[in-house]
Amino acid sequence: MNFTTFLQQCLTGISLGGAYALIAIGYTLVYGILRLINFAHGDIFMMAGYFMIFAMAVMPWYIAVPIVLIATTVLGVLIEKTAYRPLRDAPRMSVMISAIGVSYLLQNLATYLFTALPKGYPSIPVLKKVIVFKNLSTSLVTLITPVLTIILVYLLIALVNKSKTGMAMRAVSRDYETARLMGIKIDRIVSFTFAMGSLLAGIGSILYFTDRMTLYPFSGSLPGLKCFVAAVIGGIGSIPGAVVGGFILGIGETALAAAGYSTFSDAFTFVLLIIMLLVKPTGIFGEKAVDKV
Amino acid sequence: MLKVNGLKVNYGSIEAVKGVDFEVKENDIVTLIGANGAGKSTILKTVAGLIKPAEGKIEFMGDDITGFETSNIISRGITLVPEGRRVFPDMTVLENIKIGAYLRKDSLSNDIEWIYSLFPRLKERHWQHAGTLSGGEQQMLALARALMSRPKLLMMDEPSLGLAPIIVKGIFEIINEIQKSGVTVLLIEQNANMALNAASYAYVLETGRVMLKGSGKELLADESVREAYLGKNRNEKYVN
Repeated sequence: MNFTTFLQQCLTGISLGGAYALIAIGYTLVYGILRLINFAHGDIFMMAGYFMIFAMAVMPWYIAVPIVLIATTVLGVLIEKTAYRPLRDAPRMSVMISAIGVSYLLQNLATYLFTALPKGYPSIPVLKKVIVFKNLSTSLVTLITPVLTIILVYLLIALVNKSKTGMAMRAVSRDYETARLMGIKIDRIVSFTFAMGSLLAGIGSILYFTDRMTLYPFSGSLPGLKCFVAAVIGGIGSIPGAVVGGFILGIGETALAAAGYSTFSDAFTFVLLIIMLLVKPTGIFGEKAVDKV
Repeated sequence: MLKVNGLKVNYGSIEAVKGVDFEVKENDIVTLIGANGAGKSTILKTVAGLIKPAEGKIEFMGDDITGFETSNIISRGITLVPEGRRVFPDMTVLENIKIGAYLRKDSLSNDIEWIYSLFPRLKERHWQHAGTLSGGEQQMLALARALMSRPKLLMMDEPSLGLAPIIVKGIFEIINEIQKSGVTVLLIEQNANMALNAASYAYVLETGRVMLKGSGKELLADESVREAYLGKNRNEKYVN
């Protein structure tokens, strides 16, 4: 492998990692607030893909993108309202099963409505523009993804640490009852969290599928699972953890594929998960499991 | 100011509060005393809207607030310092103070100054994580946080729990000071002696019912209260 190919692969890996990171944040945010693994998150990501296909069919990309992001956000909030909120006081296992149900529902709904045949993902001309630097060539989306990821993560962390809503999110993630005593409306904070997670999944979806170019109803399940693993590796509940986990998986996977072992690129993710769970189950940035009462 | 009539609260099939009436007059310190399981905490949580009552009526400043959402009740000027303090351990002391004013939209700087003058220790430690504070400091922080909502009625659930006597004394001095600044206080305690001394009016609860009521002094002198909650007679028996 020469140096150019190496750089090329690095870029691809970082870009894939960025998209993973954006989706992994959705898992980590929701887990932080509700202690729920939102198994439907990968399918929200997939639905965002279909929204994009239909939106791009009738309008230019600069109108389609915001509409897709809004639709994805609304979908995430609606799922929480209908499938998780009624189970707020139920055992955690019930909510988790409900999440698995929503995941299958979305996959089958998409199969029913859009058929299981892969559909071509529309390309946004700006993102697809090829950039040539010396003998290195890459599309703009590959360059934009990691940069956009870092900016969004920075904004999100600032929101969580500095704003009043962010303070409320941290309070709710710690202690529901006391948060309510502060006058915080739990449901509103939960909705906001789902909105944030889904919005980032929508952005991740556009970046991810612009690179992949095809979409079918199960496109969300494997990336969803991988991003969940990324969140666990980074330490579920931690935003920087999800980002680091996403980049580790994206770069690792691409490196394996570049080395000629692309058959094993999915296995890599799960082997890494097993190792992580054996060595440090709380993840890289994970909170300590034992709380002082 | 606060009127509770015929309050019944259930936990599943268990009746925790079985028809309780009590009243808190403006600018009083009122205490509910009683053993574990008498339903004291449940009553405060119900007033704060954390638990929905099965029956009964809660009136605050003439408005029926029975079954209202907690955020609505807090915005009307009721606040609860929960049992076990429950500060947010991974937020700083200052953030804990600020989150107490979550529903307020005006400037907080004067209130924070006031809080710092009441609790100089919190000023020294404003940048520390609340989880690193001692029990007494956490109780002060929980109290400070509650005061930041500018309550008219401050409810406290076992402020003396797990604290050294000297610190409990300090907390009660501050409670007195808060009452003098115009805040009404409703206090529940197992430390009946301390509570009855501070209170202008008191109710004795037993297994979900009010058994006795009277001024703090009256109840301090009452034989049955002394026997059940102050342990006076029991000690005498040992002496004899």
